[in-house]
Amino acid sequence: MSGLVNWIDDRFPLTKVWNEHLAQYYAPKNFNAWYFFGSLAMLVLVIQIVTGILLTMHYKPDTMMAFTSVEHIMRDVPGGWFIRYMHSTGASLFFVVVYLHMFRGLIYGSFKGPRELVWLIGMAIYLALMAEAFMGYLLPWGQMSFWGAQVIINLFNTIPYIGDVVSTTIRGDFVISDPTLNRFFAFHVIAVPLILVGLVFVHIVALHVVGSNNPDGVEIKKLKDKNGIPLDGIPFHPYYSVKDIAGIVVFLMVFFAILFFMPEGGGYLLEHANFEPANPLKTPEHIAPVWYFTPFYTVLRAVPDPWYGTLAMFAAIAVLFILPWLDKNPIKSIRYRNTAHKLNIVWFAVFFLILGYLGVMPVTDFFRELGTRATQIYFLFFLVTAAHSRPDKRAMYLVWFIALAALVLFTDWLRWSDSFTGPQRHYFWMMMALPATYLASTLLLPLFVGRCNAEKEVPERVTG
Amino acid sequence: MANSKVDKGRRRFLVAATSVVGAVGTAAMATPFVMSLTPSARALAAGAPVEVNISKIEAGQQLRVIWRGKPVWVVNRTPEMIAKLPSVDPKLTDPDSEVESQQPAYAQNVHRAIKEQYLVLIGICTHLGCSPTYRPELAPADLGASWPGGWYCPCHGSRFDMAGRVMKGSPAGTNLEVPPYHYKTDTTILVGVSKGVA
Repeated sequence: MSGLVNWIDDRFPLTKVWNEHLAQYYAPKNFNAWYFFGSLAMLVLVIQIVTGILLTMHYKPDTMMAFTSVEHIMRDVPGGWFIRYMHSTGASLFFVVVYLHMFRGLIYGSFKGPRELVWLIGMAIYLALMAEAFMGYLLPWGQMSFWGAQVIINLFNTIPYIGDVVSTTIRGDFVISDPTLNRFFAFHVIAVPLILVGLVFVHIVALHVVGSNNPDGVEIKKLKDKNGIPLDGIPFHPYYSVKDIAGIVVFLMVFFAILFFMPEGGGYLLEHANFEPANPLKTPEHIAPVWYFTPFYTVLRAVPDPWYGTLAMFAAIAVLFILPWLDKNPIKSIRYRNTAHKLNIVWFAVFFLILGYLGVMPVTDFFRELGTRATQIYFLFFLVTAAHSRPDKRAMYLVWFIALAALVLFTDWLRWSDSFTGPQRHYFWMMMALPATYLASTLLLPLFVGRCNAEKEVPERVTG
Repeated sequence: MANSKVDKGRRRFLVAATSVVGAVGTAAMATPFVMSLTPSARALAAGAPVEVNISKIEAGQQLRVIWRGKPVWVVNRTPEMIAKLPSVDPKLTDPDSEVESQQPAYAQNVHRAIKEQYLVLIGICTHLGCSPTYRPELAPADLGASWPGGWYCPCHGSRFDMAGRVMKGSPAGTNLEVPPYHYKTDTTILVGVSKGVA
């Protein structure tokens, strides 16, 4: 065995790679449950690739045959339903895992220096994943596939001057039709997966250069023993490889519980209207994107003008990219930040969920206004994060408060219209309390209550 | 050779010249790649006009046909629907159909039609392309007491009246589009070409 390894090592750095990335890659010893989601994301990627390859063997990317070929997979192909449900359940759980992975980065400051590039590559993965999911959703050629794609592609139509050309080039036709389905198939099964796998590789290489962050936000590389091994580090293999298996077991329990007992997820994982073949003449009564896109869909709907709405939606994603340059507070982990920052994170998480909920609901006056206010808070979060970069300059909180309150009022002034009906006016004024409370709790509270502005001292070594 | 002085200017020139040739070559090669994504000859040819027999449409009924892959509606409007049109004007963004791209000149009138009884529209919301739902009834519970009859878009809530004119406060900015069409006979419409155009 060692003879074979030596033979390979002379020709390929097998042992070197094994050691650098697994056996001698020192990860902080205090990882908690939040640190499962990186390896789980890789697991789901593998599930999607394997089931995807098997599905392409039976699926037909042709508008006349696509819908029936999916039914064929579900009914006639031995084990076909299992493979297909693994793929559809995997798609949703991919986003669950990735959202939790991103939230981990947010609360423990993993996006901050020296890990900015890890964050940026991760965001690129997230973008590629959204493209992958969107194009995959067209393939079953159901009503939701068709009309969802219709709305999303028409977003590009709103670009001034060149919109028409762009959307026609995406579709390869003036309407969504056979060429569209065919090219989405090509993108979904080969182009985007190649990019995804490449990005995941780069994500890990970059991570292993700077080293993993941890729940304390302490740099373990600062303190090393005489052999150059971090005092608070343990080798990834076997310690975390074994720990991750425990996470995988729990994850697979959830995965298969969904797969076997509620593969359609009550119409949220596979929407009911998608069990009807695409009909270009009739839009379903109520259309909503799949749940993982809904927060951004609400942002789109919050802005009345289609082009500015599209811009706002893309801005909501783009602003995540620059997070490392907005939050300049040197303390990484939420454990040692002040109360105002903790509140800010809670507000963000809650309103992200509210945005997601509103995205699956039909538009009413109440929901429309709530969606607009939630959108305001979503964007304010990033600016308040910048404000929290310097808690030592407390007086600045007042300046920030006035500036951001003015910003809210300015956007309200822009969207105010005399044609608002009675209930619309009522909700407009009533829900102004939301951004007001938000700004007061994150900026005025630490300004006036010293306790809520106090940060804790970051320890030298990791705790626990 | 080893000691000969390197002519850096010449080297830079060669690098620049090679890069330019390479870039031009890449662009030349990329052209057919990008062109292949645009609509094919078959997709361009699929725009043939569609003949619609309107004699079987009952009063107040909507007929859907497909033209260039898009839904086209033909509605037989009742006299009450037609009479109600001017009263909706104050609620509309563009009551007089002044946006020229949204209808041919011969449909730029109060009824947005050649014959006031038959309305012909492309059934695609001018917001993000859903197909609005036909809701001819007056004041249904879900659309409110002031609903004058028309179309409601289920995707983003745009509202249109019985002439496809958009109501204020809708995400859609313009009226529904009237396609080019003409009457071949009293009971047949040809959707896709205007009168006198080959």
